[in-house]
Amino acid sequence: MVILFGMPLVQVLLFGFAITNEIRDAKVSIVDPTPDVVTHAIRNKLFASGFFIESEILNSQEEISENFRKGESKMVVIFENDFSGKMERGEHPTIQLIADASDPNTASMLVNYSNGIISEFNRGQQASSGFTLIIAEPRMIYNPALKGVYMFVPGIITILLMLVSAMMTSISIAREKELGTMEVLLVSPLKPFNIIAGKVIPYVLLSFINAISILLLSYYVFGVPVKGSIILLLAESILFIILALSLGIFISTIANNQQTAMMLSMFAMMLPTILLSGFIFPIENMPEVLQWLSLAMPPRWFIQIIKSIMLKGSGINYFWKETLILAFIAMVFIVASIRKFKIRLA
Amino acid sequence: MSSNGLVIEAENMVKRFGRFIANDNLTFSVSKGEIFGFLGANGAGKTTAIRILCGLSRPTSGKIRVAGYDVYTETEKIKRRIGYMSQRFSLYEDLTVIENFRFFGGIYGLKRPVIMERSHEMLTRLGIIHFENTVISELPLGIRQKLAFSVSILHTPELVFLDEPTGGVDPITRRQFWEMIHEAAASGITVFVTTHYMDEAEYCNRVSIMVDGKIEALDTPERLKTKYQAQNMNEVFLKLARKTN
Repeated sequence: MVILFGMPLVQVLLFGFAITNEIRDAKVSIVDPTPDVVTHAIRNKLFASGFFIESEILNSQEEISENFRKGESKMVVIFENDFSGKMERGEHPTIQLIADASDPNTASMLVNYSNGIISEFNRGQQASSGFTLIIAEPRMIYNPALKGVYMFVPGIITILLMLVSAMMTSISIAREKELGTMEVLLVSPLKPFNIIAGKVIPYVLLSFINAISILLLSYYVFGVPVKGSIILLLAESILFIILALSLGIFISTIANNQQTAMMLSMFAMMLPTILLSGFIFPIENMPEVLQWLSLAMPPRWFIQIIKSIMLKGSGINYFWKETLILAFIAMVFIVASIRKFKIRLA
Repeated sequence: MSSNGLVIEAENMVKRFGRFIANDNLTFSVSKGEIFGFLGANGAGKTTAIRILCGLSRPTSGKIRVAGYDVYTETEKIKRRIGYMSQRFSLYEDLTVIENFRFFGGIYGLKRPVIMERSHEMLTRLGIIHFENTVISELPLGIRQKLAFSVSILHTPELVFLDEPTGGVDPITRRQFWEMIHEAAASGITVFVTTHYMDEAEYCNRVSIMVDGKIEALDTPERLKTKYQAQNMNEVFLKLARKTN
């Protein structure tokens, strides 16, 4: 139990503190009610920096929140009305920067980078014309205080569910094989399905209790909100648990002893969960090959789902795609393990 | 049970793994209440044959009936009527003796009072009733093997398969173990046993000796000894094994 709960926490803390992320090609949307020479110049400068790529031009407050909830952009840059006019009249026009801080590191970095670019633009303007400063006004949404916990909680839930469900099932089934008890069970009138179900159900319950206790802990101790539907959150967790379990069963059909099961689980699940899910390293920064690889990582989709539910309060219509992907991967593993199991008996 | 009193009927049983032939045209039968010794060197194909007879593995071809049921189509019915004690130790080591009895009895659908009555009777007969609540991992190997055998016949199967039940066990315990086997046979349970100890082969009603996937000899130990002009089963075995090498 100490290992079940302690290890992921320590890992998360270590990874979280030891690694700083950098930004490349972050999607940024623009609100520019009165486009003119100055706003275009600033936009060009932003997108020429290499840190950002232009996502969409938006017009209203509704569109902004919609845009964020869909995950279309990481930051929105809002120019004030009549930007260059105000500048000419010396009225200190403002640029508002709204960043999606459900991933706080990325958000604060986005804001810092763009602040830097804007003030550089300012200095250039001042030098050439003596005009007044433009003021950039950053605002973090979804996680105004940039709390790291907000990002860690979804990750910890994911890791724990993976660990308990997949690793423990695969190890416990491999253990039966190693001890020879599996053979006796197979000779008995029990159906393979019953054997597997019997092994799996306790872990489903355990993982579910685990998930709930982390949520309670994060809500009461760290104050992480659950803005969306709790039922939806739990339902998605069950889907993910089933997926992890089917992965565990699949691993156990390959591995014949506990060590192999352990190593396979480590490589097949722990590392990708930590490294490729976007939990610690932003997926946008990975080399393209790894980005492709991360598409196949169930935790990636699950983390996105939990973040949406907990921090953004979105409903199923915003991540039905992710849910379908998870269900599909689970199906693949279940079918594969059933086939594997039958072959072994033949 | 089939009408002719045969618990196992195998005719031209073949099992192939790719190009390797593990069981090459085995034909034999075992009658009710018999202790049938299934001998052979390591890798001769004994375990493969047992797995087929238990319904764990599908034969490549041949006509095989166990307890009167077909191994291709009626494995579920076969599984209800057989007991199995594997080569490897196979009780749950972190459970107590009685918990193991309850678990395996439950798998075969025995009612709780029946399990309790039978296991108490067995443990008393073995003189180890005081270990009832001891965790298996704390017991010596000899006792564990006796327990594993008791568990495998807890549901009074028609037929029990013992895959090298006495491996690594001391001579005294082996003797006691064979007494248990004889008791089981006397109560009507057919025993199908593999072993490497040729002195044990003498305790069987009939023995078959497998060499390289084929049955080279099948008869009572007495007649085999006469036929191969041997003092004991060990010599019979060596003569047969050498003949093919």
